[in-house]
Amino acid sequence: MNQVTPFLRALGAVVWKDLAAEWRSREMLSAMLVFALLVILIFNFALELDPVGRANITAGILWVTFTFAGTLGLNRSMAVEKDRGCLDGLLLAPVDRTAIYFGKALANWLFMLSVAVIVLPVYSILYNINLFQPGLLLVILLGSEGYVAVGTLLSTMSVQTRTRDILLPILLFPIVIPVVVAAVKASGNFLAGLEMAEIQPWLNLLIVYDVVFTAVSFMVFDAVVEE
Amino acid sequence: MTAQPTTLKILTVVTVLMLTAATLMVFFYAPLEAVMGQVQKVFYFHVAAGWTGMLGFFVAFVAGIAYLITHKRIWDIVGVAGVEIGLVFMLICIITGSIWARPIWNTWWTWDPRLTTATIMELVYAAYLMLRQGVEDPDRRARFGAVYAIIGFLSVPLTFFSIRIFRTIHPVVIGGGDGDAMGSFDMTPKMFQTFMFSLATYSFLFATLLWHRVRMGKFADQLEQLKMKLLA
Repeated sequence: MNQVTPFLRALGAVVWKDLAAEWRSREMLSAMLVFALLVILIFNFALELDPVGRANITAGILWVTFTFAGTLGLNRSMAVEKDRGCLDGLLLAPVDRTAIYFGKALANWLFMLSVAVIVLPVYSILYNINLFQPGLLLVILLGSEGYVAVGTLLSTMSVQTRTRDILLPILLFPIVIPVVVAAVKASGNFLAGLEMAEIQPWLNLLIVYDVVFTAVSFMVFDAVVEE
Repeated sequence: MTAQPTTLKILTVVTVLMLTAATLMVFFYAPLEAVMGQVQKVFYFHVAAGWTGMLGFFVAFVAGIAYLITHKRIWDIVGVAGVEIGLVFMLICIITGSIWARPIWNTWWTWDPRLTTATIMELVYAAYLMLRQGVEDPDRRARFGAVYAIIGFLSVPLTFFSIRIFRTIHPVVIGGGDGDAMGSFDMTPKMFQTFMFSLATYSFLFATLLWHRVRMGKFADQLEQLKMKLLA
């Protein structure tokens, strides 16, 4: 127990720092939100969302929106640390470095979920479809966890390169394809009201991805920040 | 500058001879497949190239783990070598596959799990090279490369399964599977021998290329150090 408490306290401190900074500046969340709404707007005209076609592609639109808005947040969350030398300060702190990783990942997860919390009702109203279904919320929870687990690790790398924010989507997208595929199919199946037997394989895939990539990121994070 | 080791010279000669023999076998030894005809001959080098590509990515994955544990430069050089060779052979695999698919599936491309996974793998490892280009410090470049090679390789099976849950039309010639897939066929003994020989040839080709590329990487390192000394 004595080992666990300092770790949790460090983790909590990192999350709290990110949330407090965001609460005061509101830079990242507002950018992610406006961006997400713009993506939906563009889809509306690009795809001619008539009521029939809409039902089938809602899941796809939602996940493309989350994926794109997510990279915006991930880039911002690490760029802030890098620009003002905060990352060095964090690394100097006498705490387990994985606590920093989990803290950043947890904060990023919360930001992605906050975007979802606002995008879902807006989408529901705009397109007259009820997105507040427990199954869909579960998929969003699982999908975004896998996304930020890898995304936090990769954004920590990409901010330390010359090309910086351009690089993150290029590194991240090919790796998160399983998450996007599984999340889109699971969300689509939930929205279509299919039976649990049809959805289960996708949920299993999401859980496997989450577990594997959270564990691996946790193991290699040290190598990404060590100087 | 050190001369090429004798083993490497022999290996190179053997590989060239094997490649020639394998090409001759494909065209003159292996019988013509009854339904598909000449175009089926692409199969021998197509599978062998895919195998070599996977081998390259696997080597990069193992080298990545080894680098993170030992922090020895050599593992970084092996990792890049594996990725570069893997990229080239996976591309050969995709292109030969397309050539075969045009007459057999009546399309150059389809979103089948294997095809899609191969393409995504190309993208992952292209990103690996871009990542390395963006980092100047050699130590950091090696660490980032190792991490990305590990993450990338682990995502491959998940990508494959995620797309596999859709129906596949890719034939599984090795190890049973769905015999009804379009373009599937049974191998005669001569075909099987040619196929195994092609696989062996490509494995030798992989070993030779890897060795040469690792040597080149070491020389590049030496050159870098000499430059540093000269400028200092």
